[in-house]
Amino acid sequence: MIILESFISMFWDIAPIIGMILIFQLFIIKEKIPNLTQTLVGIFMVWVGLALFIVGLEKALFPIGKMMATQLTSPDFLGKTQLNWNDYYWVYLFAASMGFSATIAEPSLLAVSIKANEVSGNSIRVWPLRITIALGVAIGIALGSYRIVVGLPLHYFIIAGYGIVIVQTFFAPKQIIALAYDSGGVTTSSVTVPLVAALGLGLASTIEGRNPLIDGFGLIAFASLFPIMGVLAYAQIKHLINK
Amino acid sequence: MDEVLRRLANNLLESCKDLLPIVLVVAFFQIIVLKQAIPELGVILLGTLSILLGLTFFVSGLRLGLFPIGENLAHSFVNKGSLFWLLLFAFALGFGSSIAEPALMAVSQEAAIVASIGGIIENNELAINKYSLELRLTVALAVGLSVMLGVVRILKGWPLQWLIIPGYVLVMVITFVSPDWIVGVAYDSGGVTTSTVTVPLVTALGVGLASSIRGRNPLTDGFGMIAICALSPIIAVLIFGIVL
Repeated sequence: MIILESFISMFWDIAPIIGMILIFQLFIIKEKIPNLTQTLVGIFMVWVGLALFIVGLEKALFPIGKMMATQLTSPDFLGKTQLNWNDYYWVYLFAASMGFSATIAEPSLLAVSIKANEVSGNSIRVWPLRITIALGVAIGIALGSYRIVVGLPLHYFIIAGYGIVIVQTFFAPKQIIALAYDSGGVTTSSVTVPLVAALGLGLASTIEGRNPLIDGFGLIAFASLFPIMGVLAYAQIKHLINK
Repeated sequence: MDEVLRRLANNLLESCKDLLPIVLVVAFFQIIVLKQAIPELGVILLGTLSILLGLTFFVSGLRLGLFPIGENLAHSFVNKGSLFWLLLFAFALGFGSSIAEPALMAVSQEAAIVASIGGIIENNELAINKYSLELRLTVALAVGLSVMLGVVRILKGWPLQWLIIPGYVLVMVITFVSPDWIVGVAYDSGGVTTSTVTVPLVTALGVGLASSIRGRNPLTDGFGMIAICALSPIIAVLIFGIVL
């Protein structure tokens, strides 16, 4: 029943991209659609898949993220009633392990790493780069969770991060810059984003004195910023060693 | 039909790889650290299965139906030599793919619920849906304009940092005049839009364009599109917060 509802409401979400591709193909380029059947089957699969995915998000990913945030910060579990920021170490550990494992398995990250290897003439290796980016995401999400726990303004961190990226840009090898900037966007997949968002919202609504409206968002921003720093740093170090 | 099934199987494997590490981490923390049974385990397992199947169908469908035409169109517009149509196509591609991005749907819905609880908008379904749709349209508009800008950058051969660094500075400046409740959502929106649908389609346009222009290197000039798409929604959503 929910799936059917989701299926109907998804129509308007996929209509723009499909409509626009069809209009451009048929009226501007004025070509027939090659493999019409395959395209129609594909569009139908996108539609069904999206409907299933959104239902799953609401029934599994969001509840899990919020539940983990609540359970890992509950005074019962931590065995204390007066809690300081350092008592929440399980949350930081959970955030970091989730960030690392989700990123290392991300298929689009593998594609980017292979390209980086080509661009750099084999001086940047695929596996070390993937680990660097995954560590970047892990540190980013853990630091972002720390920010929610202590309630510092998000822009302090992000602006400082941008500052570091700008300085790094001046020193990094030129051919890696575009790829490094792209890596931030690439690591945040459709599965990671909702889970991480739910973790942040869960933390902000459980921890005393935090407001989900002000503190709940921002984890994804951390997860997109740290890989940029990581790739630039890695390329820079490689460049210095090879000199 | 064999082709479809083979792709489905491949993508199922890929979705498993995407999901497995998260399942393992959650299971580890639940069983070893928290030592608690997961409440409503049945619903969560069904939901996880639904994500697995949904992601598989979604990605297979994109690769089977949309990506080939999208890439083909990108090549056609690059070779057509009309700047007007190329830019219009770039805008439509960015806009359309952001609207279809599942991560953006999920996050804007959550943002709307939080905003309604926090008293920014009225606490009813109509207001929540309106806010969530407006947020998505704002982001999609920004991504559409970014892809256009990215195309111009490749055509002119501007270094990416000429766009990104002023962009960062702009984000910093606007942050100080924005209401504090929009900052988190705005900063997150960049990472949220650059996901399953947008990344492959937009990268295809960038790399296709860079490889068809003499003197441009597809590897160094073709990239950077995603970076612009991840930056501009931040600015757009901050402005959305100021205006609201």
